[in-house]
Amino acid sequence: MSVDPPVLEIRDLHAGIDDTPILNGIDLKIESGEIHALMGRNGSGKTTAANIIMGHPEFEVSQGSVELNGKDILEMKPWERARAGVFLSFQYPQAVPGLQVGNFLRKSVAAINGEDAAKGPEFRRTLKSAMAELDMPRSFLGRYVNDGFSGGEKKRFEILQLMLIKPKLAILDETDSGLDIDGIKTVAKGINSAVRGSDSAALIITHYSRILEHVKPDRVHVLIKGRIVKSGGPELALELEERGYDWLIPSGEDSESETVAATKD
Amino acid sequence: MTEQEASTMMTPEEVSTVVGDYKAGWHDPENSTIRFDNGLSEQVVRDISALKDEPEWMTEFRVKAYRHYEKRPMPTWGNMSLLEQIDFDNICYFLRSGEGTETNWDDVPEDIRNTFQKLGIPEAEQKWLSGVTAQYESEAVYHSIREDLVKQGVIFLDMDSGLREYPELVKKWFCSVIPYSDNKFSALNTAVWSGGSFIYVPKGVHVEMPVQAYFRINAKNMGQFERTLIIADEGSSIHYVEGCTAPTYSSDSLHSAVVELIALPGAYIRYSTVQNWSANVYNLVTKRGIAHENATIEWVDGNLGSKLTMKYPSVILKGEGAHAEVISVAYSGKGQHQDTGAKIHHLASNTTSKILSKSISKDGGRGSYRGLVTVSAKAENCKVNVVCDALILDEESRSDTYPTMEVANSTARCEHEASVSKVSDEQLFYLMSRGHAENEALAMIVNGFFEPFTRELPMEYAVELNHLMALEMEGSIG
Repeated sequence: MSVDPPVLEIRDLHAGIDDTPILNGIDLKIESGEIHALMGRNGSGKTTAANIIMGHPEFEVSQGSVELNGKDILEMKPWERARAGVFLSFQYPQAVPGLQVGNFLRKSVAAINGEDAAKGPEFRRTLKSAMAELDMPRSFLGRYVNDGFSGGEKKRFEILQLMLIKPKLAILDETDSGLDIDGIKTVAKGINSAVRGSDSAALIITHYSRILEHVKPDRVHVLIKGRIVKSGGPELALELEERGYDWLIPSGEDSESETVAATKD
Repeated sequence: MTEQEASTMMTPEEVSTVVGDYKAGWHDPENSTIRFDNGLSEQVVRDISALKDEPEWMTEFRVKAYRHYEKRPMPTWGNMSLLEQIDFDNICYFLRSGEGTETNWDDVPEDIRNTFQKLGIPEAEQKWLSGVTAQYESEAVYHSIREDLVKQGVIFLDMDSGLREYPELVKKWFCSVIPYSDNKFSALNTAVWSGGSFIYVPKGVHVEMPVQAYFRINAKNMGQFERTLIIADEGSSIHYVEGCTAPTYSSDSLHSAVVELIALPGAYIRYSTVQNWSANVYNLVTKRGIAHENATIEWVDGNLGSKLTMKYPSVILKGEGAHAEVISVAYSGKGQHQDTGAKIHHLASNTTSKILSKSISKDGGRGSYRGLVTVSAKAENCKVNVVCDALILDEESRSDTYPTMEVANSTARCEHEASVSKVSDEQLFYLMSRGHAENEALAMIVNGFFEPFTRELPMEYAVELNHLMALEMEGSIG
């Protein structure tokens, strides 16, 4: 019996920037339909991990592999990874003044899922219902990408893109930060509808457990100093909420010594 | 002639000078009917006038202008080192290509007709223009205007025909906005002008669709000196569009136009330009309009090509309640300097002006914004808004801003914003993560930056401009 490869499989990943190591051997496997959470304090390497999976040119991978559905993607350019099915919801989405949201969405869906996916009544229907689900007015389409958006608008716009692009792997980097509880619920609804019941998978990066109350993770991983030091079920998130991270720091290491990575995260 | 045939006509030397993906860089064989020897003298000025069988006053006007040009020194600002490289003795000051100005494309010589077809002019004419003038070298080779506009009394002619058919109107307004002594190049243009457009819109007539003039230089070392005069009578309106291209040569050509606009009370003139000269053309142009009571003049000015452009569209707000807008973009690539800007003079009360300037420099190109806004002591309650944004795409490129405001009335409300930005790696990464290859991502950022300009253009031009920018961005990074 053949078994489908996991959506994401990371093996012994070492990476850094300008000879400064940030990730020191990560292993992670996410099967289709699963949602995992990657938790850790600021500076633990979470955003770096997200950027490396997406292919940020600034970082260098020195060892290990990252596979999407059994295919190594480390040699691929960011746009090739996007077309292969990787999506990153950014912690700080970038503004592109003059580029209209509607136009950008159409072009991005066309680039990733093909021209046909970005036109016709079906695309318009999907767009309309996704915007309704995220509580976004139609006028949003005429605004410029992330230009003058509030924190909450930026995050909802990332989720709107997720819902339209329907990637195989969605990485959500601090999507909950800066959102109030209603915002978190709205965004969580979007994530659930994009991932649950599909053959997609998601990796939610966060340092609070709040969003995880609304998007139940199958697995929770704790990242400290570029290593996953503990993995567990959803109850691990709650434990972290109560106890913090210090108890997980490997003995003999100073809990305040994460400054190298902190400058990059 | 096909695209392929056209390209095989370039010498290897010429091909090597092609910068980027300049698509209008082919040239036709030169089939001139009259070509003056290179170089300028008073005799050349008199010969041009005689050839055109002009009235005496125009001949004398030209000669006076020529004498002023002779003794006027070169500008001591702008890009002086590039200006000094202009070899005025190696320029042809008059070249006639056709047998006259035709009103049917079929009568235009085949080479020239094909060139304009490749540039899409006859097609645009049919689809969305009220009238077209196509100038090739020194003179118009084709001209047309819609019948209904003629019936309403609209005059739209090439300038030579305008002088022949409406000498009194021309005499009244010619040089009334820009005296020949305004600057060295306005003097040069007045001395050797040929071609350009002459437009008169009668009182209350609204020309709904734009009229277009297209200027094409074909010959090597050509000097093109068109002269345009637009008079919009009370309560009328018109949108004039000009486009320009030239072949790519290893030696320089000179384009030095003078454009005068007169918006009488309540009139509206919009003048849009997409300048896409090849990288061997000096583009030194004087453009100015006078807006009377409650009139509006808008310059929409796009500068993509040329070696050096020095151009500062101006508006004199002479009548109360008049309004001026100058919206411009400049793209400076390798070896290019776009020294552009705007000038507005508020002479009357309750006049308003808006300047939006956007420049991009890349591959060592240089963009300069040079602006002057004055508010006279008598002008009460004027409003001025100036925004200039520069986007620099790499470390070798450069952007400078020289804004000047002289406000002599304390009731004026003046706003000025300037920004210089760079395309950040994070912005590119964001767009690349949405499936866009690096050059596409850069084109999206650049087109977005230009969007406040392109949305002011007729759609067909906006599409063309975005397309040209995308070509410029190809192969530009990584």
